[in-house]
Amino acid sequence: MGDVLLSIKNLSIEYHTDKAVVYAVNNISLDVRHGETIGLVGETGAGKTTIAKSILRVLPTPPAVVKSGEIFFDGDDLLKTSEHGMKKIRGNKIAMIFQDPMTALNPIERVGSQIAEAIKQHNKISRAEAERRACDMLEMVGIPGGRFSEYPHQFSGGMKQRVVIAMALACKPELLLADEPTTALDVTIQAQVLEMMHDLKERLGTSVVMITHDLGVVADLCDSVAVVYAGEIVEQASADDMFESPSHPYTIGLFGSLPQLDSTERRLKPIKGLMPDPTNLPAGCRFCERCPRAAGECAQAAPEMRETAPGHFVKCFYPGGEE
Amino acid sequence: MPVLLEARDLKKYFKTGGGMLHAVDGISFTLERGKTLGVVGESGCGKSTLGRVLLHLLELTSGEIIFDGADATNPDKQELHALRERMQVIFQDPFSSLNPRMSVSEAIMEPFKRRGGMTKADMLSETRILMETVGIAARFENSYPHELDGGRRQRIGIARALALKPDFIVCDEPVSALDVSIQAQIINLMLDLQEERGLTYMFVTHDLSVVKYISDDIMVMYLGQMVEKAPANELFRDPKHPYSKALLSAIPVPNRKNRKKRILLTGEITSPVNPKPGCRFMARCPNASEECNRPQELVECTPEHFVACCKYDTL
Repeated sequence: MGDVLLSIKNLSIEYHTDKAVVYAVNNISLDVRHGETIGLVGETGAGKTTIAKSILRVLPTPPAVVKSGEIFFDGDDLLKTSEHGMKKIRGNKIAMIFQDPMTALNPIERVGSQIAEAIKQHNKISRAEAERRACDMLEMVGIPGGRFSEYPHQFSGGMKQRVVIAMALACKPELLLADEPTTALDVTIQAQVLEMMHDLKERLGTSVVMITHDLGVVADLCDSVAVVYAGEIVEQASADDMFESPSHPYTIGLFGSLPQLDSTERRLKPIKGLMPDPTNLPAGCRFCERCPRAAGECAQAAPEMRETAPGHFVKCFYPGGEE
Repeated sequence: MPVLLEARDLKKYFKTGGGMLHAVDGISFTLERGKTLGVVGESGCGKSTLGRVLLHLLELTSGEIIFDGADATNPDKQELHALRERMQVIFQDPFSSLNPRMSVSEAIMEPFKRRGGMTKADMLSETRILMETVGIAARFENSYPHELDGGRRQRIGIARALALKPDFIVCDEPVSALDVSIQAQIINLMLDLQEERGLTYMFVTHDLSVVKYISDDIMVMYLGQMVEKAPANELFRDPKHPYSKALLSAIPVPNRKNRKKRILLTGEITSPVNPKPGCRFMARCPNASEECNRPQELVECTPEHFVACCKYDTL
């Protein structure tokens, strides 16, 4: 793993609405190294997508307000970069893939032209040259170049997602933000796309931030994992450590909630209760109300992030494996 | 256990511009009282359509349905009303299956109103009992669906399905729209209710780890046909059909060790419109050969384990 490519420091983002302030991202810090694939895991509303969109600066403002923090990419703070500067980065050095390939493509433009357009945007080359490269990209994601002139509706869901991936990778970005890229796909198609992403990662050395709620996908693809809960990173470790010895009660709860294929138990172990209301977060630990380990101090003070083992960070007063 | 539901050669075809779409094509099974049949397959395989024809939400093209020993293939209006009290459904999306203008108690009370013959006070007390059964606190009685999270909305869906004390519930992807921690709460609730009330479920899903957990038997569907059916553990231990094998190997397992080799399928999915008589999986099957062009018989390879592949024992 190489040097740090992306470094998020103390990022806080709020959404201001007429009625309330939503505390979406709360003091998050995260590093992504060259060639690393990091998984951002968490449930609906945890703030994963807000983090990704803030990196590209595509959050709608208003209502979103970046309260504090810095996002260093290749040494520059993206939050201080001009809009003109961001245009040169988006789709070029940093690309993003969204969950739903059906809505990410323009339905009335040929897929090949859509990819070529992305390439031409960032490179001073002729139309013909851009189309030739677009054709290569299609081949790289396993779509015959002969389908260059077809429209999105002529492709299946899995193939559309591959087109979207081809487009994202067309300018050889250093960082790829993938927001639930396989969630809308069937398992056999998901398997194809995951296999392809493995292959591309190795060939291109792109760093990937993989946003997902699926721990199976994380185990498959990621080198490291950050678990997000109510806008905070509550645990961070290498993927091997995280799956071997999860330490935050929320992470342990997530694993317990999953039906295990090799288990013979008759009941799952769900996490009780619900995620706190992001407009009205508890004063102490955010997970306190649902936590089986919670003690008096958990409701009073928020725990700091601590390194419990080399490279393994946990935000909990009582970290550790399940007894 | 006695058989509660029997399906014989069910077919549901839809007319499309290009010809007949074979959504459900010759499915037969029996389901014992108190058991759960899991139905798995990918989008467009006909698993939801199968649930809907059983409930008469869609008209059957041909075939027979026997429910609790009596023919339930072509019920008249009165019979259908009686049947619907005993057969219920829980849908995938609690966001769109609830009327946004009905409060929680109104939504749960609706089945009682439809059936009639109860006083308002009785309906309200039954509603409160149901809310407690499915774990919705009484303070939400006058809340509206948009004020509730997905897990609570799905609990309302379950309460509505339970209201008339049915025997059989088709659960169509009931937890797919929920986060994992909430998903586990709902699955546990459904298992508890099954034990307490002796319910029979047909659990339609694309999520294979959930289906193994909740099912006694699992049916694997591919383009309208049953390609394999076996007891849940047996199917996962020893899948026979090449499609089942690929499907099971494709599940991403949340485990960094003992990761298995995935079987990657190639080729395009065959169209379900005017399909050819041979095996429908042929175009994507790694073992396809000449003999796959003829229709595939469902054979019982070991007791209770059925597979529709002429080459299952040579692989």
